[in-house]
Amino acid sequence: MPSIHELLEKNGYVVTDGAMGTVLFAAGLEQGDPPELWNLKHPERVAQVHQAYIDAGSRIILTNTFGGNRLRLALHNAAEQVPAANKAAAQILRGIADQSGLDILVAGDIGPTGDVLAPYGELAFQDAKRAFKEQAAALIEGGVDLIWIETMSDLEEVRAAFEAAREVSQEIPIVTTMTFDTHGRTMMGVTPEKAFETLTGFGAAALGGNCGNGPEEIIEVVTKMHAINPDTILVAKANAGIPELVAGKAVYRASPETMANYAVQSYQAGARLIGACCGSTPEHIEAISQALDEYVR
Amino acid sequence: MSEDIDITQLETPELLELIQDDLYDGLAEEVVASVNELLAREMTPYDVLNKGLVAGMDIVGADFRDGILFVPEVLMAAKAMKAGMEILRPLLVETGAPQMGTLVIGTVKGDIHDIGKNLVSMMMEGAGFNVINLGINTDVDAFLEAIREHKPDILGMSAMLTTTMPYMAVVIEALEQEGLREQLLVLVGGAPLNDAFAEEIRADAYCRDAAVGVETAKKLLAIKRGELN
Repeated sequence: MPSIHELLEKNGYVVTDGAMGTVLFAAGLEQGDPPELWNLKHPERVAQVHQAYIDAGSRIILTNTFGGNRLRLALHNAAEQVPAANKAAAQILRGIADQSGLDILVAGDIGPTGDVLAPYGELAFQDAKRAFKEQAAALIEGGVDLIWIETMSDLEEVRAAFEAAREVSQEIPIVTTMTFDTHGRTMMGVTPEKAFETLTGFGAAALGGNCGNGPEEIIEVVTKMHAINPDTILVAKANAGIPELVAGKAVYRASPETMANYAVQSYQAGARLIGACCGSTPEHIEAISQALDEYVR
Repeated sequence: MSEDIDITQLETPELLELIQDDLYDGLAEEVVASVNELLAREMTPYDVLNKGLVAGMDIVGADFRDGILFVPEVLMAAKAMKAGMEILRPLLVETGAPQMGTLVIGTVKGDIHDIGKNLVSMMMEGAGFNVINLGINTDVDAFLEAIREHKPDILGMSAMLTTTMPYMAVVIEALEQEGLREQLLVLVGGAPLNDAFAEEIRADAYCRDAAVGVETAKKLLAIKRGELN
């Protein structure tokens, strides 16, 4: 297994994957159903998405476990499936990555609890941490190479997830990205600078932004973080634009070309792990891979 | 800071200003103390609510809208507001004070996201509305039942997912079929929504955030009641 640094040495950047959830909905996941349960029910369809991203040039792939913590799955009456769904997700991706014969990093995806931590909300820090630990343990047991904490808005929640993963494994690299979608900050008011300081303090292997209101927002985040320390490995994983309405259905309309331009701009701003988030597809990632290859070469 | 202030020594207008500052800073105990002091001075519960708490939450809402305050500060302010409301609510009922209105709100079927919706609930309570929060994953029958039971002035629907937002149209169509649509304002919100979507599904308005939600609710209700044109 290569490290992030080893992957970076090859090209100077690494292409991550794009969306999982929105692609699975297109593959027939019922509206409102949790994507994570498909790791058990339709592992072949999850594997297909991973394979498509690898074919498109992704070399860091995230497991299909974004909402796979107990607090989220409980809302679907599936809390007891947390260990199985996360372990299966890791094994599915591990299998595909090993089969490929390529240097691929398998990242165990951890998303937010969906609740607000005390004192602002009701969720106790220790309860959040316990939920994250259960998820991280199952991901690591399933064979992930690193833990990828994303779409966070509260630094305390990140700390809960970070500490949880660290308690499961002393050495596994942990990447963390937050969503800066509210007046340039996260929903909870965290600036990119504050996030940088705190997340590097936690010992994040790489950090940055994901999701939110499209590419420009993330480029700004990366620019601000890069200015603090150009040696820190930064992540950019933007949504494929802002959803627009087409005949009553929401559609993400950023074209592969738009996302390719965004990828090059993110690289110029200092991002080195570059991919996409909601609404993106393997086509977008393929365009990103080609554009970065042409630009950096 | 305000623990150093002897509130009994303040003039009433200063005390109202203090409530607003303490709300802004999320100081629940201080807000409660000032509410009790104002009631002891025989200010009506209705005036304490409007000149103190609602006026304070208006400032919080405006600063949230403008990106000066963020969710943590608003949640603390809402908690302080709630603490004050607990004293006032029974008194308001007792004195038959006029109500701002009633809101029924829920996250639509298939969607389990509720942070934004809860924020709207709190801010609307903060603005003096009676709020019935139906929670997450609310189907059309649950909305209809709550509307028949509570006869709200406003229906609020929230969706965080592009896959669940079309369900709002299902609810609005059901309201139209049941002849309930005209008696209600329908406000919608959530990350992937926008004005065009609200128009397409025949909602009355899209609200970008909780503060805009409160402003819109007040404005459209006033127009509907003929207080504004």
